[in-house]
Amino acid sequence: MKRMKQFASLAITAAMTVGMLSAAVSADDAFKIGAIGPLTGAAANYGTAVINGAQIAVDEINAAGGIGGVQIEYRGEDDELDNEKSINAYNTLKDWGMQILVGPTTSGCSIAVSEKTKADNMFQLTPSGSAKDCTNYDNVFRVCFSDPNQGRASARYIGEHGLAKKVGVIYDSSDVYSSGIFATFKEEAPNQGIEIAVEEAFTADNNVDFSSQLQKCADAGVELIFLPIYYTQAGTILQQAAMMGLQTKWFGCDGLDGMLDMDNFQKELAEGVMLLTPFAADAEDELTQNFVAAYKAAYNVTPNQFAADAYDAVYTIKAAIEKAGVTTDMSISDICEALKTAMTEIEVTGLTGTIVWTADGEPDKDPKAVVIEDGAYVSMQ
Amino acid sequence: MVSFLNYLINGLSLGSIYAIIAIGYTMVYGIAKMLNFAHGDVIMVGAYIAFSVITTAKLPPVLGVLAAVFGCMLIGICVEKIAYKPLRHAGSSLAVLITAIGVSYFLQNIALLVFSSNPKMFTPIIPMNMMTIQLGAFRIQTISLVSIAVSILLVLLLVLFINKTRPGQAMLACSQDRGAASLMGISVNGTISLTFAIGSAMAGIAGVLLCSAYPTLSPYTGAMPGIKAFVAAVFGGIGSIPGAMIGGLLLGVIEILGKTYISSQLSDAIVFAVLIVVLLVKPTGLMGRQVQEKV
Amino acid sequence: MKNKMTSMSKASRDNLWTILMLIIAFAVVQGFRMGGLVNSHMDGMLVPICVYATMAVSLNLVVGILGELSLGHAGFMCVGAFASAFFSKLFENSMGVFPRFLLAILIGGAVAGLFGFLIGIPVLRLNGDYLAIVTLAFGEIIKNLINVLYVGRDSNGLHFSIKDQASLGLAEDGEMIIAGPQGITGTPFNSNFVVGFLILLISTIVVLNLINSREGRAIMAIRDNRIAAGSVGIPITKYKMFAFTLSAVIAGCAGALYAHNLSSLIATPARFGYNMSILFLVFVVLGGIGSTRGAIIAAVILTLIPEVLRFMSDYRMLIYAIVLIVMMIVNWNPTSRAFIRAHIPGKLSGGKKAAGGGEEGR
Repeated sequence: MKRMKQFASLAITAAMTVGMLSAAVSADDAFKIGAIGPLTGAAANYGTAVINGAQIAVDEINAAGGIGGVQIEYRGEDDELDNEKSINAYNTLKDWGMQILVGPTTSGCSIAVSEKTKADNMFQLTPSGSAKDCTNYDNVFRVCFSDPNQGRASARYIGEHGLAKKVGVIYDSSDVYSSGIFATFKEEAPNQGIEIAVEEAFTADNNVDFSSQLQKCADAGVELIFLPIYYTQAGTILQQAAMMGLQTKWFGCDGLDGMLDMDNFQKELAEGVMLLTPFAADAEDELTQNFVAAYKAAYNVTPNQFAADAYDAVYTIKAAIEKAGVTTDMSISDICEALKTAMTEIEVTGLTGTIVWTADGEPDKDPKAVVIEDGAYVSMQ
Repeated sequence: MVSFLNYLINGLSLGSIYAIIAIGYTMVYGIAKMLNFAHGDVIMVGAYIAFSVITTAKLPPVLGVLAAVFGCMLIGICVEKIAYKPLRHAGSSLAVLITAIGVSYFLQNIALLVFSSNPKMFTPIIPMNMMTIQLGAFRIQTISLVSIAVSILLVLLLVLFINKTRPGQAMLACSQDRGAASLMGISVNGTISLTFAIGSAMAGIAGVLLCSAYPTLSPYTGAMPGIKAFVAAVFGGIGSIPGAMIGGLLLGVIEILGKTYISSQLSDAIVFAVLIVVLLVKPTGLMGRQVQEKV
Repeated sequence: MKNKMTSMSKASRDNLWTILMLIIAFAVVQGFRMGGLVNSHMDGMLVPICVYATMAVSLNLVVGILGELSLGHAGFMCVGAFASAFFSKLFENSMGVFPRFLLAILIGGAVAGLFGFLIGIPVLRLNGDYLAIVTLAFGEIIKNLINVLYVGRDSNGLHFSIKDQASLGLAEDGEMIIAGPQGITGTPFNSNFVVGFLILLISTIVVLNLINSREGRAIMAIRDNRIAAGSVGIPITKYKMFAFTLSAVIAGCAGALYAHNLSSLIATPARFGYNMSILFLVFVVLGGIGSTRGAIIAAVILTLIPEVLRFMSDYRMLIYAIVLIVMMIVNWNPTSRAFIRAHIPGKLSGGKKAAGGGEEGR
């Protein structure tokens, strides 16, 4: 009986193995772009936004006749916010015939996958991998700001505009993005005459109750609380602060974008929150409005900056392909070499601003500071 | 001093929610002798049901709470019948633990498909203008008081139910000796179903309270409070309802005070370190029964 | 006496069959790889499969053979992974690849073993679910501590901090080795399928040998009845510690293998938290508690399923959950077992005991 079961198990294993043996990759005339992000697990909302944002861009380009007449084939894969699964996702896409990678969504996965894209010399453009190490290799570029960049920019903005002298910080010490921004913010703060009076952390396992962190800020009498975190937790923090009757200024980074569009978010909670974000879903320009309308129609939710970054990533690839004159019959490595050069020569005007790239993969664009007034972003100066 | 009392109340408020979840854990453990790892996810489902009723359908909060309680009850009973009952005589309690994990994955992924991964902000069941109560220098959140009161009330009701009613006595009998209980004419299946129903109903209440105090709701909302409540149940002595209550409250207070006075980065480590010390001093939890081992 | 002899040799035959199964599987996969028949997706999963199978062997020693429930095994893997990656980063440029990687694996195993020993001292005094929850607690503590650990190196030597990067006070030429939640970036990529297979094979041989040794029988006697075992003079604590530590050593080696397969090592909750520990437990239970072979097979199947299901896109993890529940019920439900036994005739269904007389043998 036992042995029978084991034979059966072995048979299942064998069958599954056979199912994964290589199938011949058909070479048809299309650019094959793959994307990776967490579609399940605790970070699913970020990955879903990236995969969907890129899909919108691909659909638009294809409907308009493709890139120089060539259509894009697109596929997104789930990595569950895990480095190892991200490699699996990458390999799946490679077997499918991917030529250019948009992703992965998160920093850790992006670093892990960059090791593989480097080995294969595949062009990688991560929309939102913001850690410094994401672009260690010359075949990797990113669309979003880097974490050190945001931390420094935030400290400078607060200092230059005299927003506060005494600040508190609440950050996620188990998260690469959040601790990365905080590290450079802390470094830059003294230069701007900012005193960090309270620095309190939370972790992925302890992100429900923020009352003690907020209470400490209240007790220290900080003028401003800096939130280098994602909007999911920021919503709870703002609500708890409101319940405690805590009156203070709030300042955040691009991770806060998306807060206003959470289902049933009480917008008055976010009144006066300032954030540095390259994207605002209610911006007046035509590009943003078209994108938001298309995204809402397709997925029934307002896009956040993850979706915008991914959308820009696809258009960036389109611009680079056109610039370099890449064709679908080129090898992955040749495409990568051509795009690498083209990336430093193009200028893309997308949802997240007008971007040019340096050869080390960093985007050069201006962070936009906005303040939330009456439930909408208003540009600050 | 004022701050300390504020921290303490916040701790008790969080702890009372852990307590309600822990009671569900501990009841199921006492009667079915299994760790129901899906319990945390039932909380999440309860919160989504309440959200749908209150926010999406714009019905009064009371209906939302009732819907969450009955919805969770139904889910609890179905899960027990489909996934746990076939393994009751499997010979190892670990088998059913693993299906519980399967059920946990299942509930999370169903929620992901139905409600999407985009987090929702839960509408507190307490009206905005009654959110806080000012007592001199104190400002207490109404939801804290409600959570604490509800948890105490639930423990009292449960203890009364178990000691004073026939189904309650049947539950007690099943928890002590299932075989003997069935020989006395007690329906073991019925009693276990009843236990799951009550435990899951408590999960529904916990879901509403949890999301009223900490409003971000996603398909993974229940997982961490679930595991914390499991810790709380063991803390208090698994199988004991007053133990679960005390364990939950203590856990909440330790978590908040540890975060405040020691380190917010190390808050998880502090909570678990205290747990380890308690269990080393008292190896069956604070109120657990000492079982004499025989050859 | 004669009866005992046959049962002994039967057990050895059974072990031989397990090892043979591993070697055949390895040979077949290697054959396919040489023939260029394995796609990148499958190829990339070979090392992870070895990691998980080794973890299954490791945890089976504690759960199946020693009979104690551990919910913190990912913690040992985490310690092994970080210790070995830390070592590799330090000596990346000053040692040859082969001796460094070998040492890294040994260090991973040794440090995890040390943790296993130290944690075992308090943990093994407890019983049942209380023991389980304390292992879970230690696993979570390890993960939490690693997430606040900052280690940097500059010309003055190593700097440690459990606060943040700034408090390290690194000189200009400094580099971060462990950067808190960012973990270790740029671990040399040394793991491959052959190394992974060897670690799995050696772990399996060690555990199978242990089961059939004097120590192994003592450990199983403790599992089956602690008080009776104690009354015939078996030193309970010593053997429990031995099994627990050995299991941690194996987990540490698996961690080293894992760390050298990825350039970014992060202690996320999903990776090194209780979720992962529970996944290892799923391997052991699905494989039939106590059966090393079963645990390995279950680890392989459960690692492959979510990947094979990628074509289901959004429904992937949902189907995985359903498959898990169904497999458990089919495998463990008394009625379905009887059904299989009644309908599969002959030698195949001869209710054979697992190696070491697992659950069925009790």
